[in-house]
Amino acid sequence: MSFIRRLGVTAVAMAALAGPAMAEDITIGVRSEPSSMDPYYHNLGPNNAIIGHVFARLVDFDPNQQLVPSIAESYKALDDTTWEFKLRPGLKFHDGSDLTVDDVIYSFERADGYTGGNSSFRIYTKGKTLKKVDDLTLHISTEEPYPLMPNDLTTVMIMSSEAKGTGSADTNKGIEASDFNDGTATIGSGPYKFVEWKKGDRIVMEKYDGYVGPFDQTWDKVTFRFIPSEPARVAALLAGDVDMIDNVPTSDIATLEKNKDVSLSDGVSNRVIYLHLDQFREKSPFVTDKEGNPLDKNPLLDPRVRKAISMMINRPAIVERVMEGVALPAGQLLPDGFFGRSPNLKPEKYDVAGAKKLLAEAGYPDGFGLTIHGPNDRYINDAKICEAIGQLLSAAGIPTKVVTMPKNVFFSRASKGADGEPEFSFVLVGWGSGTGEASSPLKSLLATHDPSKGWGASNRGRHSDPKVDALIGQALATVDDEKRGKLLAEATDIAIGQNQGIIPLHYQVNTWGTRKGLTYRARTDERTLAYDLVKAN
Amino acid sequence: MTVFIIRRLMQAALVVLVMSFLVFSGVFLVGDPTEILVADDADQAERQAIIESLGLDKPFHIQYLRFLQKAAQGNLGESFVFNEPALQLIMDRLPATMELAVAALLISVVLGIPLGVIAGLRPEAAYSKIIMTGSILGFSLPTFWVGIMMIILFSVQLGWLPSTGRGDEIHYVLGFPTSLLTLDGWSHVLLPAVNLALFKLSAVTRLARAGTREVVHQDYVKFARAKGLTDRRVIFVHVLKNILIPVVTVLGLEFGGLVAFSVVTETIFAWPGIGKLLIDSIGLLDRPVIVAYLMIIVLLFVFLNLAVDICYSLLDPRVRLQDIKA
Repeated sequence: MSFIRRLGVTAVAMAALAGPAMAEDITIGVRSEPSSMDPYYHNLGPNNAIIGHVFARLVDFDPNQQLVPSIAESYKALDDTTWEFKLRPGLKFHDGSDLTVDDVIYSFERADGYTGGNSSFRIYTKGKTLKKVDDLTLHISTEEPYPLMPNDLTTVMIMSSEAKGTGSADTNKGIEASDFNDGTATIGSGPYKFVEWKKGDRIVMEKYDGYVGPFDQTWDKVTFRFIPSEPARVAALLAGDVDMIDNVPTSDIATLEKNKDVSLSDGVSNRVIYLHLDQFREKSPFVTDKEGNPLDKNPLLDPRVRKAISMMINRPAIVERVMEGVALPAGQLLPDGFFGRSPNLKPEKYDVAGAKKLLAEAGYPDGFGLTIHGPNDRYINDAKICEAIGQLLSAAGIPTKVVTMPKNVFFSRASKGADGEPEFSFVLVGWGSGTGEASSPLKSLLATHDPSKGWGASNRGRHSDPKVDALIGQALATVDDEKRGKLLAEATDIAIGQNQGIIPLHYQVNTWGTRKGLTYRARTDERTLAYDLVKAN
Repeated sequence: MTVFIIRRLMQAALVVLVMSFLVFSGVFLVGDPTEILVADDADQAERQAIIESLGLDKPFHIQYLRFLQKAAQGNLGESFVFNEPALQLIMDRLPATMELAVAALLISVVLGIPLGVIAGLRPEAAYSKIIMTGSILGFSLPTFWVGIMMIILFSVQLGWLPSTGRGDEIHYVLGFPTSLLTLDGWSHVLLPAVNLALFKLSAVTRLARAGTREVVHQDYVKFARAKGLTDRRVIFVHVLKNILIPVVTVLGLEFGGLVAFSVVTETIFAWPGIGKLLIDSIGLLDRPVIVAYLMIIVLLFVFLNLAVDICYSLLDPRVRLQDIKA
């Protein structure tokens, strides 16, 4: 007992002594740990967020995923197929060496040729030819007109070509992922220098004094602690062990709002939660008659049926009850403020009578049976949303079974069942637009599944409409922003408004909790970044 | 004895082999890790490239034989997630778990034996009843809930101890990294260790109580009292020595359990040990790490059993190893 009391006293004394000096150090409790410090090893949320403190990019995103120049001071399209990037003069890496176009080209080569990683950055580097004009001027050209050039460049981080003097002909330039994990090669030009990574525990960084760029350096030392358990993360914030946490569970928000030592920062994300419906099988395995017997014809092939299902879903109720108010009802792929949205699409109105009428028109006056499949540990409250949809549809005349499973089982079955095609008929999934505009979800979710083009990779309902494909193709070749925005909006209008290719439910709202006196600039890309954590004024 | 040990080791090899097959096929059946590892916007070609680079395009038996081939050379494969040797990942984290398990073991012995002896000497006293009721709670309350309650009480409300993580400073003692040489290290380990120890503590308390109840009625204790020995000498020499044998046996076996199943405690307290690694790996279907982890745990149990059997024969001359069914 006396031992514990002494500890308590020590802690109080230390806090009192160290007050102002410690205020510039910050500890952030995050849910997910990166899989590597190698910037090209794994194109994954936590990696891109944390490694991005150390390695800057040519162009980056502000909290609303609007483009901001970073290493590149300015950029413009010279013609339809060539872009010019001017680097900021005088930039230096953490080891003091100069950052020039050579480093950029080196980084792109390593990213493009990366072997052995888990999902590379090749989807952003392929088809691009980099040409050095002078030390600070870079030309990037493509075969076809390519409007998403600046967006693509927000992904590839720039490393020093002298990080580890090696023969560049070797695999991955002769640098292993472990060279980044122990700090040998972790030399970038970002606002923070890598200090150490204790696996499973923390990553420590310190301020880089020579940083020039768009991001704030409020903190001298930043520690990311990895606390996957939700109650433990909240407790760590309440106990003052960390200054901020991400992914505040919705069930704790009400309690935390009343706590005067904590402030919450939230913002809508680029992630839409939506439903895929089987549109490629004449007989769909999880669509039955009301008694559970297989149906000869898959009713989900009829857009009227898909629309009816959408009308049976009470989005405001799901947002209010299941999401505890922390979400926004969705009518398309991206929330307000994103590029390429349709101005016409609103969240579908809850209208059971109208839905029943549509079902009768489509030849199903008595409804049919359905099973919804979803993950139970991937999105905020995912299993509860599935249950709510099951109840809403059952009440409206489509008896629906609910099956949820862990993500490690769900996603491989939802994408590829035993026969290589999606196994389920009706699934709940989510999509976050990494490029911050509408072409990414249109291309992956609603374009025809076509491995040779790389389109429809996550089109688990196999929606297919040549008109939509043509509009997406045209948009991806249109450099003029205004025209491209219109084409993307039109594609969305047809794919969702007319065809009901998917049923959007809501946009996720993410919540960060900070101690009093701090505030987080909530990011639509869901990243937790030390440079967006600032003192409240 | 040599024959016994050799037989045991051969059995161990067989168990590990069977285990590796079961786990390997189990994880194989669960699904395809690329769907979880891959970036959302990766196209089909990228997905295929990952499948090939992880060797997942090969049929099951080829994958398993390749694994065995490498394992025979001491390489249990590279983690799908971290791209580092699975064995090394586990060994990096093992010290943290060991530290937690040893602290938990210490707590259960240091508190459990005295509590059990006290309760055994005066079974009717009120404090004995409280101890025994407490031990029932220790058995039956879920670790997860107790852990959260401890964090809320000691970290959030009272602010005495840190809620999560391991001490900052790591010192090396005989080559083993430990955080327990500093006060900060102990303040971090205290809550998770108590949480992990609760179940064992209750078990030790009950064992010690039962042993004491039995021993105090033995003739040699009565004789010692009749000789006029002090209470202190009777309890510390005659009673304690005799109840220790079953306690030590159980603790030896349970230590394996502490190491292997600290998963829940490590998850709640974000303790960077192998339990947390296992849970993360299962979530991401990181097959090499899961298989390597379980093989190491099987080995640990086999060796602990062996060690206990050998100790037993040393402690109790009546036991001969040949008689223990190997």
